[in-house]
Amino acid sequence: MDNQAYWRANLRLLSILLTLWFMLSFGFGILLVEPLNQFRIGGFKLGFWIAQQGAIYFFVILIFVYAALMKRIDRQHGVADD
Amino acid sequence: MSVELLTYLFVGATFALYIGIAVWTRAGSTKDFYVAGGGVHPIANGMATAADWMSAASFISMAGIIAFMGYDGTVYLMGWTGGYVLLALLLAPYLRKFGEFTVPDFFGSRYYGNAARSVAVVCLILISFTYVAGQMRGVGIVFSKFIGVEISTGVIVGMAVVFVYAVLGGMKGITYTQVAQYVVMIFAYLVPAIFISLLITDNPIPQLGWGDAVNDGSGESVLDRLDNTLIALGFDAYTEGAKSTLDVFAITMALMIGTAGLPHVIVRFFTVPRVSDARISAGWALIFIALLYTTAPAVGAFARLNFIDTVHGQEYNYVPDWFKTWEDVGLIAWTDKNADGVIEYAPGAPFAGKPEFTGELTDAGSRAIANAPSDNRNEVYVDRDIMVLANPQIAELPAWVGALVAAGALAAALSTAAGLLLVISTSISHDLMKKTLARPLTDRQELGYARMAAAVAVLIAGYLGINPPGFVAEVVAFAFGLAASSLFPAILLGIFSRSMNREGAIAGMVTGLLFTILYITWFKFIDPASNTAEHWWLGISPEGIGTVGAVINFAVAFLVARAFPEPPAEVQTMIDRIRIPSGVERPHDH
Repeated sequence: MDNQAYWRANLRLLSILLTLWFMLSFGFGILLVEPLNQFRIGGFKLGFWIAQQGAIYFFVILIFVYAALMKRIDRQHGVADD
Repeated sequence: MSVELLTYLFVGATFALYIGIAVWTRAGSTKDFYVAGGGVHPIANGMATAADWMSAASFISMAGIIAFMGYDGTVYLMGWTGGYVLLALLLAPYLRKFGEFTVPDFFGSRYYGNAARSVAVVCLILISFTYVAGQMRGVGIVFSKFIGVEISTGVIVGMAVVFVYAVLGGMKGITYTQVAQYVVMIFAYLVPAIFISLLITDNPIPQLGWGDAVNDGSGESVLDRLDNTLIALGFDAYTEGAKSTLDVFAITMALMIGTAGLPHVIVRFFTVPRVSDARISAGWALIFIALLYTTAPAVGAFARLNFIDTVHGQEYNYVPDWFKTWEDVGLIAWTDKNADGVIEYAPGAPFAGKPEFTGELTDAGSRAIANAPSDNRNEVYVDRDIMVLANPQIAELPAWVGALVAAGALAAALSTAAGLLLVISTSISHDLMKKTLARPLTDRQELGYARMAAAVAVLIAGYLGINPPGFVAEVVAFAFGLAASSLFPAILLGIFSRSMNREGAIAGMVTGLLFTILYITWFKFIDPASNTAEHWWLGISPEGIGTVGAVINFAVAFLVARAFPEPPAEVQTMIDRIRIPSGVERPHDH
């Protein structure tokens, strides 16, 4: 059982997912909202839609992806809790 | 049946349900009382977390606030959901593995000693009482609006109900009542939302409907219509914000890390059986929250558009009934500035402050007000809460829907109040009495103290609800700012930094907290006149300053930590232990 390798794999996954979290919410929904508003998704301006709907859906997906990938990492390193 | 009778019926039935559940699931041990025995299913915990988290403000006020803020409402939508990503990825699994009862427990163990534990208890109590006063007030307001009793009577009824199920049931009772409260709340929120979406766009799904065309044959989408209408009336476009980008950024971040640092939310994840359950449970919590949070902006947009369409340019004699109903309650007022009998809606307040009704009627038949009119063209005062409360009437739904909304609003307020009261009482009986004062308590005695503390906390919360310190609304910024600048950074460092010692963590928490309190106090209480963007530091509002407080907390913690010895070996062992999921103590069955 190599807990250091496990922790490194965990941190790698966290940094990828948190980068995505930041880009989608703060990046697309706040910092880049104006340029994105020039595109449309149905009756919504894209930036506005991401800020008030899309980001929330994305947060949900992100947590489930994290839970699934983390479970795999747990198993690979023999530290799963089941 | 009259609306009032229906409301009594719905509210009475739901209260009986909550108390029934609490009696059925009452706590038998401190483990039941603090963490529901640690055996709650992740989906049930997700639902309970959603109810715990969504307060009276989320249910009653948020859609209305967004309706009047447009794009700037994003700070609440993203801020109050994105924090769950941080909670799921950075805190919940590790704190579940840690496996004790309270958030201050973590501080006591990780930062070896009662100093850190006590700082955490102080932060927790400050944050939670701030929050709970608003909930009890919310219960009273719902009672007074829907049933027509005094606010204080409503608060007392709410106190009595929470008293029974929080004191008796502890975390275990609260968990299952919160599941029931979530169901009541979400049903009550979605039914009017679906109908108002149908009314305006023919689409039954509000999340899609507000991107559809308005159903008057024009082909113009809801948001384009809203933008054009508002611009024509002299407002900013709905889909573009008025706040600075930096401020939107700071507020959103403060709300996100504040959410992740709220003790009553964190402890919910102590109740699931395993580490992997804590991760997945945060996902379920966010699904249940998202159901309301993705509906709210749609409701806001529909309600604003409908409000303007039916009110602006309308003769008072022909306004719809709901306008007059809510005028009677005092949430709407009209002052006919140009005496033409026609209601005009424009930017700015129609007069300063809340309407003061003289008790007489004007020639047009509206309630006369004593306030001196302001010099803009706007003639309508509208309380933002009616955007949710008046929806059933606006969509011409049967009376029972109004009763359902009342029951839903009460569910939202009570579920959050109970969760807050529980963390307050456990921090007193467990952290203060047992751990800090080192009283040798048996499990039974500790449970007795926990119940007593819960009872006292209910009484104090009720008192604050009846006699609100004039600044209840103002101090919500406090709760998130405090959690963001004190608890969140210290917990995060406790898990992810091996070298963080107690001196660093405590110094960080204290400076982050003091900075945030001082900044908010200055602009909210000491010099409220200067609470404008040009006076704010870097243009960051008091609502967003928690983000800066958190940065200060991290910086001070790292600097101070370097001057003191590393944490002792047993803390290193503990860090190793919480970083791996395997080896959780098995819970007992429910």
